[in-house]
Amino acid sequence: MAVITYREALRQALTEEMERDPGVFILGEEVGRYQGTFRVTEGLLQRFGEMRVVDTPISESGIAGMAIGAAMIGLRPVAEFMTFSFALIAADQLVNHAAKILYMFGGQIAVPVVFRGPAGGGAQLSAQHSHSLESWYAHIPGLKVATPATPADAKGMLKTAIRDNNPVIFMEHAKLYSTRGEVPEGEYTIPFGVAEVKRPGRDVTLIAYSQPVLLALHAAEKLAETEGIDCEVIDLRSLQPLDMDTVLHSIRKTHRAVVVHEDHRNAGFGAEVVARIQEFAFDELDAPVLRVASADVPIPYARNLERAAFPSEEDIIRAVKRVVA
Amino acid sequence: MKAEVPVKKALPDSLTPQRLVELYRTMLLIRHFEEQCAPAYRQGKMGGYMHVYIGQEAVATGFIAHMRDDDYMLCSYRDHGHAIARGSDPRRIMAELFGRYTGVAKGKGGSMHLVDVERGFLGGYGIVGGMVPLAVGVGYGIRYRGTDQVCLCFFGDGAMNIGPVHEALNMAAIYKVPVVFICENNRYAMATPVEFASAVTSLAERAKQYGMPTRQIGGMDLLEVYREAEQIVRHVRTKPEPFFVEVLTYRFEGHGIADNPTNQALYRSKEEVEYWRQRDPIVNTARFLLENGFATESELLQWDADAKQQALEAVVYADASPEPPLEELYRDVYTDMEVQEWR
Ligand SMILES: Cc1ncc(C[n+]2csc(CCOP(=O)(O)OP(=O)(O)O)c2C)c(N)n1
Ligand SMILES: [Mg+2]
Repeated sequence: MAVITYREALRQALTEEMERDPGVFILGEEVGRYQGTFRVTEGLLQRFGEMRVVDTPISESGIAGMAIGAAMIGLRPVAEFMTFSFALIAADQLVNHAAKILYMFGGQIAVPVVFRGPAGGGAQLSAQHSHSLESWYAHIPGLKVATPATPADAKGMLKTAIRDNNPVIFMEHAKLYSTRGEVPEGEYTIPFGVAEVKRPGRDVTLIAYSQPVLLALHAAEKLAETEGIDCEVIDLRSLQPLDMDTVLHSIRKTHRAVVVHEDHRNAGFGAEVVARIQEFAFDELDAPVLRVASADVPIPYARNLERAAFPSEEDIIRAVKRVVA
Repeated sequence: MKAEVPVKKALPDSLTPQRLVELYRTMLLIRHFEEQCAPAYRQGKMGGYMHVYIGQEAVATGFIAHMRDDDYMLCSYRDHGHAIARGSDPRRIMAELFGRYTGVAKGKGGSMHLVDVERGFLGGYGIVGGMVPLAVGVGYGIRYRGTDQVCLCFFGDGAMNIGPVHEALNMAAIYKVPVVFICENNRYAMATPVEFASAVTSLAERAKQYGMPTRQIGGMDLLEVYREAEQIVRHVRTKPEPFFVEVLTYRFEGHGIADNPTNQALYRSKEEVEYWRQRDPIVNTARFLLENGFATESELLQWDADAKQQALEAVVYADASPEPPLEELYRDVYTDMEVQEWR
């Protein structure tokens, strides 16, 4: 298997899908001539031309609406948000339009569109550039939400997203773009709604998605070395659809769980996971399920404050120790 | 604002007397359909918001007349007239208003979200201006496929104050999409007059800066709308490029069902309404048909009775139609995925 970056994996997915299906096109700010703010779309303009790699003005509602409209008549647009913090400008298009069109028109108009881009922070981007807000999208019936953590998942799930006939919110993470991993050779896709056990373990179930999966894996290694606690790390991979079976199966074995995400803790996606665990596996639990997440504050700039705001390996280790205590 | 005093002109070359009669009867059907709505609403047959098109019939009728079978259109929640002008079955439209399974969206959209995919009607939208960015995407899709289809996008004067509309107009001009942006200026957004909401009161003037042709036309005379729309749609189709047209029109009834005469007195006078009613597009088209010998008095009466009959039949059909089965609650959220019932 080839070892490539998360960024290259996304680019491969885009390239292969554009080769496969002439209806797939990309639009967004700086995606073409500038080769993508995070270089995900590098080389695509040269390869596919201006009609299929569309540089747009800084008009998030316009971008989103244009993508939705093109999808409504059968094209497969992939719209890039420079970051998901800017997608807030397009919230009406995502929530009131993309998510509602199939239902409110009685199932007659599908919207096969992908909204992708980096979410999250961690590089001193401060208050207005560090949002993830995946729980907002997972909250909206009609949207699917994908949050891959590895290059292999990024590629396989982006292909799935592009082939999906529903609007997909595809959240990458800026800190993942340069991470490397093995990616299968040749054609493959990874379905939504199938979590993956990224590290098997006996004692505690760590449930994460996107970049915090890596954090959880590191914490698990440390806990194994220093405390002899064997954590199972589950990567949810997609939040809508959500694979609770893998989670519940693990909890029937470990009887303890911690949910980790980078979004704020209050009303974050972890709350949904915890609610479902207690609903379906209450009798299996030997300890309260804990959440490790960002502090419920706007993300600050100063390096030390930012570090304190985001979930850390130490936070995970502390939470795990609490649930095994 | 100056009113459109109907001036008598010859028929445009492309408009045969028979076609004009058809369009006239479309307006009549819209009028009678709309007149059935308020009573049905008061009887509790419908709920939600309900906005009628009475007074504005010439606009949708005159523009949609130039659509080809494979063209597209989108519009706002004030969408009954557009659907009828596009040829949707009035019975199924009424059934949608009644929330019935036989409705155009199985009763799941209601008055504000009519749709007719087979006729390229991509829907009525309830967020003011929200469909204008969508129209750019439809236009882009047309260019992408390289056909000579067009997309008509209808919205109100109030939508001109929505940010995304301006993003969309700019993008439409950048990508030269074949979209006709039809701003139906009926002088009010709910109770707010254009003069209060827009520093530049000519909306066509405002749109000029976007680098597409613009025009302001009268919307109370079907012949005028027809003639202007013919040129505009042809221009957009052949060039291709977007076009912004402001159509001066007026709604005779309240904004929606809740905007009763007492409420209307807060923002407009009876005299003003009367002034515009004198310019009723149905009355002045009827006069034109008579004066030019294209119709007789008895034909006019017959057509009026036919339209009324069709509207009444729509009500009967809707009333007799079943409600959507409860399984519909969970259908159509995704194309391929069941939503878990939690009860
Ligand atoms: C974004 C948004 N804000 C407010 C409303 C509430 N609202 C519904 S219709 C309307 C007035 C719109 O007026 P206009 O665009 O002129 O269309 P008209 O009703 O005159 O056809 C308002 C404020 C809404 N539906 N959407
Ligand atoms: Mg108005």
